[in-house]
Amino acid sequence: MARPRGAVKGLLQLEIQDLQAWYGDSHVLRGITLAVRRGERIVICGPSGSGKSTLLRCINGLARHQRGRVVLDGAEIRHDPRSLDRARQRIGMVFQQWNLFPHLTILENCTLAPMRVKKMSRSEARVLALGYLTRVRIAEYADRYPGQLSGGQQQRAAIARALCMGPGVMLFDEPTSALDPEMVQEVVLTMSELANDGMTMLCVTHEMAFARRVADRVVFMDEGRIIEVERPDAFFDAPKHERTRAFLSRLAR
Amino acid sequence: MIAWFAVLAERGRFIVSGPYPADQRWRLAVVVGLFAALYVASAIPACWRRGLLAAWLLVPAGAVVIMRGGMLGLAAVPTDVWGGLPLTLLIATVGFATALPAGVALALGRRSRLPVVRLVSGCYVELLRAVPLVTLLFMASVMFPLFVPANVTIDKLVRAQAAFSLVLSAYIAEVVRGGLAGIPAGQYDAAASLGLGYWPTTFGVTLPQALRASVPALVNTFVGFFKDTSLVAVIGLFDLLGTARAVAVDPHWLRSAPQIYLFVAVIYFLFCYVMSHGSRRLEAWWRDREAQ
Repeated sequence: MARPRGAVKGLLQLEIQDLQAWYGDSHVLRGITLAVRRGERIVICGPSGSGKSTLLRCINGLARHQRGRVVLDGAEIRHDPRSLDRARQRIGMVFQQWNLFPHLTILENCTLAPMRVKKMSRSEARVLALGYLTRVRIAEYADRYPGQLSGGQQQRAAIARALCMGPGVMLFDEPTSALDPEMVQEVVLTMSELANDGMTMLCVTHEMAFARRVADRVVFMDEGRIIEVERPDAFFDAPKHERTRAFLSRLAR
Repeated sequence: MIAWFAVLAERGRFIVSGPYPADQRWRLAVVVGLFAALYVASAIPACWRRGLLAAWLLVPAGAVVIMRGGMLGLAAVPTDVWGGLPLTLLIATVGFATALPAGVALALGRRSRLPVVRLVSGCYVELLRAVPLVTLLFMASVMFPLFVPANVTIDKLVRAQAAFSLVLSAYIAEVVRGGLAGIPAGQYDAAASLGLGYWPTTFGVTLPQALRASVPALVNTFVGFFKDTSLVAVIGLFDLLGTARAVAVDPHWLRSAPQIYLFVAVIYFLFCYVMSHGSRRLEAWWRDREAQ
């Protein structure tokens, strides 16, 4: 059942408070504050180098922030390995280059973490993985290797792999940017279906049609700051900020 | 032509089996057969399963039992009369089987987050790669006994074997480290994002890919090392090349040296060829399986 957009969402799930990060001398995140409710779909966009990917990577600790906090379900995610590994089990991530494990079959890609981290039996993990692979419509490729699949199929497999850990939040880091145009739609469709199922999602993407159709809020970032947070109709039809207008007109061209 | 190879008819068996008692040579035939089967099986991708790993431990252990005797109704034969092809194969195989796990551990150690582990494994690798193998063999054979109490004796073969395994593990560590360095950062990101910790990431994701990428370089190292086992001759062990040399300097066979060395070269070639051929087949097999 598709949940109507803008309906009352659940409780606060993810809080980002005054997040600041540096890469060497460059100040890539300059104080990001964002609260995400359960089931909310957030699209993050902005010019390259604006810190979108770093923001996502700080949420699950792939990148380190020096100031501020990330709070998931009321508990701060700290940078000690235990806290991180626990948090990462509840935060799924999908990458631009999909990053499937090339030496494992699609099914093995999906069962590795449930077996090694959640200590599921092989058969349990198999059933779980085939369920998600069916949902992203690539169950028939379960025994193939990533190198034998198209980019779109690999990205859908990567989504299934993340879902197998049963995350409460999914992060998408430009999931369609590295795909051939004809494969973008199948991945966008999979993401839309996931959104309809009520998954909390933070998507860094330039798929503006997806943002318009699916997002609850659109976050526009530039130079490490959030410039504007709006509902999609307001964001696309009446952007308040000059930089947002410039960005949107560049995209439209 | 037949006369040209007379030396092999007369002395061939000595070259292959060394000074081992003639009436016990059938045991060496069994040992060589086991090793040959192990190498051939390792060159066939379809045989690559857990059983092969066990075979790499069981075959050398079994070879030692068979050659040494003193149990199972076999007459005891001391190691100082071991020689020829079985000795070469034993040193090489035990070397591979011990140095590969040790080399992997060292490679992981050099990339460890713990500075002490990094330092120790780094020093070990740099030190052992920098010292000529012959020097280490001399140290193992001549100097080592000076440093232990007189009543402690360790078999010369064991000491030589230790020197070989230590050096080989340092070379393998560098090869595996190269393989690990080639793993894209995205693989680590993906593993971390799934909540996989250090060990599951290493053994499930990065190490299998690194070892696979290292196969050509590993086999190259193995082939080189297989031939380097002939250096044991300098400390008085009679490996395949050692027995050949012993025959070649025999005044009676003085003019047959070319045949003798050709014979030995063919044996070395056969084993090295199986290794490099197996490496190529394995690569092709992986390629066919995982790509379009």
